[in-house]
Amino acid sequence: MTALISSNPLTAPPVARRQPGARQRSTRLGSVFAPLVAIVVLVAIWQIASWASPLRADLFPSPVMVFQKLPALLADGSLVSATAISLWRALSGYVIAVLIATPIALILAHWAALRRGLGPLVSAMQVLPSIAWVPAAIILFGLSDATIYTVLLLGAIPSIINGLLSGVDMIPPQYRALSQVLGASRWQHIIHVELPAALPGYVGGLRQGWAFAWRSLMAAELIAVGGSLAPGIGSLLQRGRDLADLPLVMLVILSILLVGILIELLIFAPLERRLLQNRGLARAGEEKSG
Amino acid sequence: MSIELNEVSLSYGGDELVLDSISTQIHDGEFVAVLGASGCGKSSLLNVIAGLLPPSDGWLQVPDDGAAFMFQDANLLPWLTAAANIELALKLCDYPAGQRAARVRQLLELVQLDHAGDRKPHELSGGMRQRVALARSLAQDRQVLLMDEPFAALDAITRDMLHEQLHSLWAATGKTIVFVTHNVREAIRLAERILVLSSRPGRIIEIRRISDTLRNDPAHSVALADELTTILRREQMKNDRVDQL
Ligand SMILES: Nc1ncnc2c1ncn2[C@@H]1O[C@H](COP(=O)(O)OP(=O)(O)O)[C@@H](O)[C@H]1O
Ligand SMILES: [Mg+2]
Repeated sequence: MTALISSNPLTAPPVARRQPGARQRSTRLGSVFAPLVAIVVLVAIWQIASWASPLRADLFPSPVMVFQKLPALLADGSLVSATAISLWRALSGYVIAVLIATPIALILAHWAALRRGLGPLVSAMQVLPSIAWVPAAIILFGLSDATIYTVLLLGAIPSIINGLLSGVDMIPPQYRALSQVLGASRWQHIIHVELPAALPGYVGGLRQGWAFAWRSLMAAELIAVGGSLAPGIGSLLQRGRDLADLPLVMLVILSILLVGILIELLIFAPLERRLLQNRGLARAGEEKSG
Repeated sequence: MSIELNEVSLSYGGDELVLDSISTQIHDGEFVAVLGASGCGKSSLLNVIAGLLPPSDGWLQVPDDGAAFMFQDANLLPWLTAAANIELALKLCDYPAGQRAARVRQLLELVQLDHAGDRKPHELSGGMRQRVALARSLAQDRQVLLMDEPFAALDAITRDMLHEQLHSLWAATGKTIVFVTHNVREAIRLAERILVLSSRPGRIIEIRRISDTLRNDPAHSVALADELTTILRREQMKNDRVDQL
């Protein structure tokens, strides 16, 4: 925050509008470039290790072997269709999770007694690995989409609830005083002050909720295979295991990573950056890590 | 009568009284300064008058429609532009929707910020933010305006300008203003009456009327400033001694 004082304060001082300068562009480039370098180094180490390793090549495939497998996997369409199926499940399940979690969080934020009762439970659910739900869901719903969505929702909802709750908790108390002196009703306070003030925390929760949704989905797909279930990426992983096809397993793991990271980079990172910039909380081009 | 306090006391839990039996009457259209060392309970008193804190003892009477309040730090909402911050105040006091934009423009002009309405708070200087806050408290259009050290964080030149603006605004609108400050010269310059608050507990220990003649007589106002400064210093030292115990 800059306090600019001009000789005549009643005329406009120069506004601190930041021009996207060369320096910022280079830091932005660096934030893409640095991870790329890290990946290249890691792959190189992997390659050298596979040369040096006494293990049989099928037990410790080199990166070259793994990527040689890629064209065939793309050609028969199984990787693409599995990714599409999983991505659809993840996104639709995630939207449902957001729609369920948001009102629950708002109720908890405004009902202290309920929060004292349920708050610890929600936090505990966030700690519980969602793979633990899979057997119960299979017993209840069999090998169906309902099983997959149940696990995904149980994984994502608690973290979105906690994100919104912590966003509300972090609202500066003077905003409440402001609402009060402006004569806002409880609802007006929630709509005009509380929700927008909680937005950064909420988006943080949404971001974490996405990570939980995607992980839970993989856990569910890995175990719940067959039945009426369309094969997602998780079941492709299971197939790799059945065939003892380590290159296939590695490729699927990389795809899972790639999808998670792409959603993060394309949706959440820009959303969070825009939000913070909008409030003067982050410099243009500054990357928020985490 | 605009505001009446009768034996108002306040403690934040614990035994220590922050405000001790404050009684005063503030007339319609009066400009009163509450002067005191930092930590003596000025903000607490203003919060009680604003209805943000209930008094622990005593009673007070304020106009039914409450009071507009200007916070020490502008307390603007950072996701709204200057204009939108002001508009929110209009919306919350049910100002007709169709006339809001025009009223916002009027208020921005009043604080000479008509060019800056579309800027976010973080794009404004400290003085500009305070002026937006002033415009917002005027948007409420209440008879009473409570101001908590509104200009304390500003440089002398900006403060000077805002003093002039506030004074002419008060003269033009006839609002009742309660202005909290630790700045003796500011109090003498603006107020018709100064209430001096002691420290620990906060009691009214001096009441001074400031006539225009006194205000415009340099020798007199300097003498008064010296006298009040001595009182404040004594109270501040009392405060510091208690802190050391
Ligand atoms: N919310 C609070 N809880 C407990 N003590 C408080 C609170 N607010 C203020 N105080 C105490 O009350 C005293 C007066 O504070 P305040 O009214 O802010 O003084 P001033 O505005 O004159 O600087 C101080 O000693 C301060 O520590
Ligand atoms: Mg104060």
